[in-house]
Amino acid sequence: MSSVRQEGKDKIIFVTKEDHETPSSAELVEEDPNDPYEERGLILPNGEINWNCPCLGGMASGPCGTEFKDAFSCFHYSKEEVKGSDCLEQFRAMQECMQRYPELYPQEDEKSSSKTSQDSTEESGANSTSASEQDSNTSQPDTESTAES
Amino acid sequence: MLKCRTVWKKLAPLARSSSTLCRQNVKRTGLNNGRIPTCVPAANMSTGPGGLGGDNLKYTIMVGAACVGSLTYAYFLLKGDQKRYQERIEEITTRSQRSSKEEAATVQSEPPAVEATQTEAVPESVPEAAPSPEEPSPPAAPAEEPAAPAEAAAPSETTAPPPADEPVVEAPPEEAATPVAAPVVEEEPSPPSEPPAAPAELAEPAPAGPTEPAPAEPAPAELAESAPAEPAESSPAELAESAPAEPAEHTPAELAESAPAELTESAPAEPAEHTPAELAESAPAEPAESSPAELAESDPAPVVESEPAAAAETPTAEPPEPQPEVVAESAADSTPASLKVPSHSPYLLIGGGTASFAAARSIRARDPGARVLIVTDEPDLPYMRPPLSKELWFSDDPSVTETLRFKQWNGKERSIYFQPPSFYINSEELASAENGGVAVLTGKKVVHMDVRGNKVKLDDDTEISYDKCLIATGGVPRNLQVIERAGEEVMKKTTLFRKIEDFKSLDNVSRNAKSITIIGGGFLGSELACALGRRCKTTRQSGLEVIQMFPEKGNMGKVLPEYLSNWTTEKVKREGVKVIAEALVKSVTCKDDKLEIHLKDGRLVKTDHIVAAVGLEPNVDLAKSAGLEVDSDFGGYRVNAELQARSNIWVAGDAACFYDIRLGRRRVEHHDHAVVSGRLAGENMTGASKPYWHQSMFWSDLGPDVGYEAIGIVDSSLPTVGVFAKATAKDTPKAATEKSGTGIRSESETEDTATSPVASVTPLPPVAHKDDYGKGVIFYLRDKVVVGIILWNVFNRMPIARKIIKDGEEHADLNEVAKLFNIHED
Repeated sequence: MSSVRQEGKDKIIFVTKEDHETPSSAELVEEDPNDPYEERGLILPNGEINWNCPCLGGMASGPCGTEFKDAFSCFHYSKEEVKGSDCLEQFRAMQECMQRYPELYPQEDEKSSSKTSQDSTEESGANSTSASEQDSNTSQPDTESTAES
Repeated sequence: MLKCRTVWKKLAPLARSSSTLCRQNVKRTGLNNGRIPTCVPAANMSTGPGGLGGDNLKYTIMVGAACVGSLTYAYFLLKGDQKRYQERIEEITTRSQRSSKEEAATVQSEPPAVEATQTEAVPESVPEAAPSPEEPSPPAAPAEEPAAPAEAAAPSETTAPPPADEPVVEAPPEEAATPVAAPVVEEEPSPPSEPPAAPAELAEPAPAGPTEPAPAEPAPAELAESAPAEPAESSPAELAESAPAEPAEHTPAELAESAPAELTESAPAEPAEHTPAELAESAPAEPAESSPAELAESDPAPVVESEPAAAAETPTAEPPEPQPEVVAESAADSTPASLKVPSHSPYLLIGGGTASFAAARSIRARDPGARVLIVTDEPDLPYMRPPLSKELWFSDDPSVTETLRFKQWNGKERSIYFQPPSFYINSEELASAENGGVAVLTGKKVVHMDVRGNKVKLDDDTEISYDKCLIATGGVPRNLQVIERAGEEVMKKTTLFRKIEDFKSLDNVSRNAKSITIIGGGFLGSELACALGRRCKTTRQSGLEVIQMFPEKGNMGKVLPEYLSNWTTEKVKREGVKVIAEALVKSVTCKDDKLEIHLKDGRLVKTDHIVAAVGLEPNVDLAKSAGLEVDSDFGGYRVNAELQARSNIWVAGDAACFYDIRLGRRRVEHHDHAVVSGRLAGENMTGASKPYWHQSMFWSDLGPDVGYEAIGIVDSSLPTVGVFAKATAKDTPKAATEKSGTGIRSESETEDTATSPVASVTPLPPVAHKDDYGKGVIFYLRDKVVVGIILWNVFNRMPIARKIIKDGEEHADLNEVAKLFNIHED
């Protein structure tokens, strides 16, 4: 059973597992999906890519940022059967750029899309910064960390 | 109204009578044919019809002649000035070629020379000179100088070298002034290279305008100064000229201002060195160099001028010309060629910490091809601070102080630097890079900010203009007054912990010292105490005594409610730290190479080294020059909910006192806040106009048993409600990390070995020990609304906490709210 104690202005409650088994009666305000202030995930409500998503890490802002944006946009809007098959040129350009900065874009990541998540987590994941960013980024906290190699 | 009426009543009859009189007289005169009318009204208008005669004619002729004469004089004057201006321009251009070959002999000669000219130039500009000049040359006849310097000052806008102005002011227009100016000037140049700059500046406006070639005459110099737009201003006539010069003056000022950038270029490393390049620079600047040259050493004159130009203080009239010269010059001059400072950057970020980097990333993501310049006075590229007091201390690597790499919660290693150096581009390439980039200028401090002109001045006098600016200057650690007053010996054994160099020095100290005392019981103090305590426990550093003292009753006394703070203090003690609570330091002395700390209650603590972790003083040095508001309650720059201080200026990070829509005005000094606010500022700089909405969080780990995440306002003075689960062995930061794999704990591998001895000392409670706060949630209430939440040893539930704070609802039973967190699960 739960025990309640008051120490001055502070109230202390000890609860057992059973105490907390009943569903909570606390009411939370409904979320507005179109709230302009809210932090967004990778894809914005209007379908565009959120380049400022913490999940991308430094991909869109680094020296190869432009190439990355071109390639990823092309992939995102690609309507081909094999998504992204019409974007090979952009991906090649991006890969070339990335090869010039091996420090920033370690070469063990082959696939460009996995590069996204891995690089972003690589740069910002798992450490204090990313922790906050993961928290800040509501959409993919778990996938980030697990994707990290 | 009544008065008017009465007056009118009085006067009316008089008027009527006089008019009647006139009429009568005229009639009678007409009748009497020539008889002078009597009682003619007193006022006899000289130019009235009656008085038109020889007198009038003479008068008209005189006035007319005077007008014509003055017009003619003015015309010839202007013509003459124009001619002299042309001659001067020619002379200067030829001279600049000559002078560029020469080395400036003395700067001093120049300033005086320049000054002399300056002074001559525009008396009127005196008021303008007022702002910039500083004091240096008090004596000498001010005379018209003020005008000249004023002009110079005006264009240069900020500071410009006050000394320079001074000399100018001092130097009387005439040659006599020159000798006076010379000594005056000499004093000035001595200190910084600024003074030369000043004269140069003055010169600059002058060149902008016409410059009198008048050799050996200060006057010509002035001419140069006065009116770029119009030739007029010749020296001798200065006074006369001053009138016409005035408009001219302002013009040069404008011209000067429009070309600030160039000057900055030359500046970077430039001391008041006279280099040929400078000369070249000055040449285009055209200052009244010619005059000074004539007066004093002609060579130095140009040099002097160039210098100021180099100082980048004065905007040159000829932007393009000086630029190449300056560039060449600075390259030749400054040792590190790569330190060339760009003159303009669309996005300028002052400060190179977490907030600044987050903003840079945000800007680059939203504005394709953006050019971002970060200016920092630290020698390092942007890095993150939390590992400096946590992970880096747990590293096994003996070279950790060099590599600055640490192991994250998931075992992967990374550097504390956000990005390796290859991420950034050189500042020289910033303007020309095709896709833009982020450039970092290290070791440069911004000392002055000109909001109206949209530019900043660095400590080496270069100027950088911007379109949008972010101030993310963070803060400096506070120090205890007793330590500051204790003297040099004590200060040498004290560390104020914040930067990488502080970490390196403390690491060094910890390897050699026998006892370290940490003053301060907050986040930084407690984390460092635990880190050092653990280090001495893990074999490497046995024998190191770690003492922590603070005025509160327990660790984190200002954050955690009392019961929890006491519990935490016990845990810290178990980490091997000797905790002295309720300790107020009275004085510190150094005796026999050891420090003695005297506490107010009489206790004496002897130690080898002190680490002061007593808070952060936000850096608001730029508030004065930029005209930014500083908050009196929280410190820091006062900004609105969108983090904007004034148009085109945003502030983020530790230095920002912002308006949180949900929680009110506050200033937060945590890492995640720096990231969130930096990112938001970057978004707003690229046009987003979003308020601070996403609530930032913070976390702390104090050993293997105590770890928590928190969000919102977490102040121990607020009433709290804590809901705790009966703890099990599974509830520790370490366990959370291992199990979930997604925790954000900052544990490291050394935890494994470290915990074994610790675990035996503190066996985790099997079942509900009444006072054992294993894990739970603590709500902080303000007017019955939850404004802060601590997740105590409960991880990965931050989004729920964030939502509760965002809602801002009054909840009747917080136990029900606590159910949302599922604290019994992992």
